[in-house]
Amino acid sequence: MEAIRCEKLFKTYGSGANAVHAVKGVDLVVNTGELLLIVGPSGSGKTTLISVIAGILPYEEGVCNVFGKEYRAMDEEEKTRFRKTNIGFVFQSFNLIPMLTATENVAVPLLLNGIESVEAETRAKTLLTELDLSDKLQTSPKELSGGQQQRLAIARGYIHEPRLIVCDEPTAYLDHKTGDMVMEILKKKVLNKDRAIIVVTHDPRIFSYADRILEMEDGQLVEKEKRVPLPQSS
Amino acid sequence: MFRYALKMLINDRAKYVGIVTGLSFASFIIVQQASIFVGLMLRTIGFIYDTPQPDVWVMDDKVQFIDDTKPMSDTRLYRVRGIDGVAWAVPLYKGILKARLNSGNYQNCNLIGVDSATLIGAPPIMLEGDIISLRDPDAIIVDTVGANDKLSLDFPVRSQPLVNGDVIEINDKRAKVVGICKAARTFQSQPTVYTTYNRALNYAPNERKLLSFILVKAKEGISPKDLARSITNMTGLKAFDREDFRWLTISYYLKYTGIPINFGISVLLGFIIGTAIAGQTFYNFTLDNLRYFATFRAMGAPMTMLRKMILLQSFWVGGIGWGIGTGAASIFGFVSKNSELSFVLTWWLFLASMTAVGLISALSSFLSLKKIEKMDASIVFKS
Repeated sequence: MEAIRCEKLFKTYGSGANAVHAVKGVDLVVNTGELLLIVGPSGSGKTTLISVIAGILPYEEGVCNVFGKEYRAMDEEEKTRFRKTNIGFVFQSFNLIPMLTATENVAVPLLLNGIESVEAETRAKTLLTELDLSDKLQTSPKELSGGQQQRLAIARGYIHEPRLIVCDEPTAYLDHKTGDMVMEILKKKVLNKDRAIIVVTHDPRIFSYADRILEMEDGQLVEKEKRVPLPQSS
Repeated sequence: MFRYALKMLINDRAKYVGIVTGLSFASFIIVQQASIFVGLMLRTIGFIYDTPQPDVWVMDDKVQFIDDTKPMSDTRLYRVRGIDGVAWAVPLYKGILKARLNSGNYQNCNLIGVDSATLIGAPPIMLEGDIISLRDPDAIIVDTVGANDKLSLDFPVRSQPLVNGDVIEINDKRAKVVGICKAARTFQSQPTVYTTYNRALNYAPNERKLLSFILVKAKEGISPKDLARSITNMTGLKAFDREDFRWLTISYYLKYTGIPINFGISVLLGFIIGTAIAGQTFYNFTLDNLRYFATFRAMGAPMTMLRKMILLQSFWVGGIGWGIGTGAASIFGFVSKNSELSFVLTWWLFLASMTAVGLISALSSFLSLKKIEKMDASIVFKS
């Protein structure tokens, strides 16, 4: 099933002589059950592209259709409601709230979707237990390691069963082993036939987890041959 | 989500304490200064409270407030007694006279001369002695604060309070203490001394006119306001019911003294400093948490929910700060209740301070709300 269809997508920051064309006529189709990696140098427009696909940034031209919904036909609040049920996020710097416990952080998307707090926190605890964080349920994220924080962020990203998960550099702050563990979770636990995952990354160590890799250069997408790095000796 | 909003606020200890401290300080200053102001204003009309029997106070038409006595001739009393609707009318002397103590000290006293026959105008609460004793030769009743303080025999040491049987001189004439009463403190903090009207005239310096006030009771069914109007119409004297006389006095102090401005400035400073501290700290709190609010927004939190979260946080600290501030001010008032300090905390001061702190909270949240509304949700992707 087609999850995302972008056609001739343009996104520009600023105007006139100061205009920066971050996304220039991108065409992209992503299907459910697919883990897509978007790679490319800093400033190539990767983050802008996923911001547009996630409905966070508006775009000037073209089409961005996610699960049959065209963002330009929606106002801000409609887009917010759409994100609430359909999109999960995993951020590079986690964006976990340090004043809340691990359980509460993971429960947030459920609460936003109208689930009662007791039920939401019970489900959050169950999911965290599945991700081997059962001893950290009441711990503040700031007391967790990078890998634990990223697992927490992933749990928050898919606890509400979104159909699209957008990950921005999910392994940037992690060592190789932890990065592998995070990608294993994304690939084996999170990805399913009804869900698509887009991962923006610089990290060549995780290319092997991708079903497809696209390279972004100067605001445009180029199909990249999937390269699988040699396995590391243990 | 609102519980989480509060946890975000409370668990950021340093900022939480900073905001609550700012609001507590503002609340304390507002309540404390306003209570002292109200206390001072009530002192100006304390004597009216202590003299509850008359419905109407009659005075010279140039009188501006209760301590601004302009003597009338005694014949005015008879004219007032002749007016329809007057049940009774009695004279009252009120003036400042010098008292000389055994120690040789002199003190200015507020001398009240009450009607010799009925003793109307006498102090309402006697702590020692009996009001009837005012009919004894040279008898005076002294208020307890004065007896223990300025009229104490060894003032300013204050170890020998004036007691029943002690003799002092008022305007070089003998005066014997026959009772100690409880009376409202006066605005100038002078001791209050009660005696009979005739004796007061004896103590007072020789003047042609000595009648300060005429205290009037309205006949049953007659409105004091209507009676006051008809007394004014028929005699040319000023006449007020109790409420109007209180306001006449308070209005004078509000209008012609710097008291309201001075206290108003203190209250305003409390408000401004509170707003500055709480506003800035709360705004910083929002700025520090902007990424998290943007994360909520990205995850699908509607803007109305974010607004409510900000307002909840702001009014939560407002409520806590108000509680601490007014609580501290109340304790301050309780501790200082037996001191010279005038402090009256009324229910409407609670309400007014709550409104002021609510306004501070609203102003504090205003900038934060603006920031949230203008935030770029894509900052969630910035590292």
